[in-house]
Amino acid sequence: MAELLALDEAVARLVRDGDTVAMEGFTHLIPHAAGHEIIRQGRRHLHLVRMTPDVVYDQLIGAGCVDRLTFSWGGNPGVGSLQRFRDAVENGWPHPLQIEEHSHAGMATRYAAGAAGLPFGVLRGYVGTDLAEHTNTIRQIECPFTGERLTAVPALNPDVSIIHAQRADREGNVQIWGLVGVQKEAVLAATRSIVTVEQIVATIDPTPNSIVLPSWVVTAVCEVPRGAHPSFAMGYSSRDNAFYRDWDAISKDRDSFTKWIDENVLGTRDHAEYMTKIGIAN
Amino acid sequence: MSTDVMTTDAVMIVNAARKLGELAAAGKPVCFVGIGLPSTAANLARRLYTPPPVLVYESGCIGSKPQRLPLSIGDGELAETADAVVSVPEIFAYWLQAGRIDVGFLGGAQLDKFGNINSTVIGAYAEPRTRLPGAGGAPEIAASAGAVMVIMRQSKRAFVERCDFRSSIGFGDGAGDRERLGLRGGGVRWVITDLGVLEPDPVSCELTVTALHPDVTREQVTAATGWAVRFADHVTTTVAPTDDELSTLRALQAF
Repeated sequence: MAELLALDEAVARLVRDGDTVAMEGFTHLIPHAAGHEIIRQGRRHLHLVRMTPDVVYDQLIGAGCVDRLTFSWGGNPGVGSLQRFRDAVENGWPHPLQIEEHSHAGMATRYAAGAAGLPFGVLRGYVGTDLAEHTNTIRQIECPFTGERLTAVPALNPDVSIIHAQRADREGNVQIWGLVGVQKEAVLAATRSIVTVEQIVATIDPTPNSIVLPSWVVTAVCEVPRGAHPSFAMGYSSRDNAFYRDWDAISKDRDSFTKWIDENVLGTRDHAEYMTKIGIAN
Repeated sequence: MSTDVMTTDAVMIVNAARKLGELAAAGKPVCFVGIGLPSTAANLARRLYTPPPVLVYESGCIGSKPQRLPLSIGDGELAETADAVVSVPEIFAYWLQAGRIDVGFLGGAQLDKFGNINSTVIGAYAEPRTRLPGAGGAPEIAASAGAVMVIMRQSKRAFVERCDFRSSIGFGDGAGDRERLGLRGGGVRWVITDLGVLEPDPVSCELTVTALHPDVTREQVTAATGWAVRFADHVTTTVAPTDDELSTLRALQAF
């Protein structure tokens, strides 16, 4: 059964130096508050995994928490590049970043295999691209039934997966709707999991297209309103597009980035204080 | 952005939207939409033409009808206005890989003469001059969609003899490569730029200029292409955007 914990306690207990950590969310429901807590607690040597590492991974990389990144698209959606990610890959700042690069379809297949308890997943993917030349977790296999050539990618089984969801009940059953991304697969593939939620409610009401992660597949549930900001939670908040645009300027330069992290993340105790500090009313 | 750039962008976007309108009218409405210029053009087509294209986004949205242009492929608007929202593993496996997409609509940083796209690195992979976001959904869109349309501003830097990195495949090294690799989708059929339209030569698969926008010269196109670009036997001139097309585009971009 999931434990209801404060976010700082969940991160302290469940995220360890050197862990493989997947913080998933496809534009929607990105667990920013949890990422900030990992920076506050000074985790190091993490292997981060995510299909679409965006601003929160840029922050973790720039803050020196990350040794390795497995991903398929690392940008600031609709804005441009991730400056800290680029600086790490191009110039090794704050230290070199080892990358393992896939396509979205390949990453989704890897999580699904992880959730299904299989050693690998199979897809028609990567053919004719240069990705397989640089990523040794992309292999050709032959279909045993038709002889067709297909692509195999190994399962992803993170030590800990972290997601944000709309709500959970007091038993720790989690409900997510809207763009559900790959979050269910990420949680089911992981050894441990943390789910931050907008709200803890007495009973979960059925909602169109919602999925439920039963309490017994989740390790910890933490109530963190606006915990996805500047990403959003359908039914609770809208995407703060202005923040994504502003991030480009904040992150462009090492000093302005460091100052921003020091003041807003390291200089605040928790997410509520952080939100007040950056001027967003809860 | 200068007025000239806005205008040439508008010509490019309108021409891409028209192509989606033609495809929808021909019974090929289902478009897998990349963010940025493809999304702008696809949303313009949805407003202008009947039947409209069906917009599919890699965030899991099928049949989105957004009222305003999304900034990212996962804006709430896309999910709220969709016929269906599915998971990311499902959108790639059941919908794209299985062959349910008529046209994949992509952009990129570099495009080469065989329609291969680079969105990964400029320079060497291990020591890139510029690290770009990466391939994302494009490799499998380029492989599996029934046809692919590319929209890109044309310049010598972007239209190159050979991509620094092949993030997604067009025709590989030339005719026969897609068949040899067992790819099921049709590959790049149209490249819409701010200068005109390029299409693969029926024999060599090399991208060839088939249309110029009004007032664009062959010399301009040659100067903005990094390979010795060829022109088709019959190069047409595209119809200038109509007032209706332009005002609809402006209204869309005003949000």
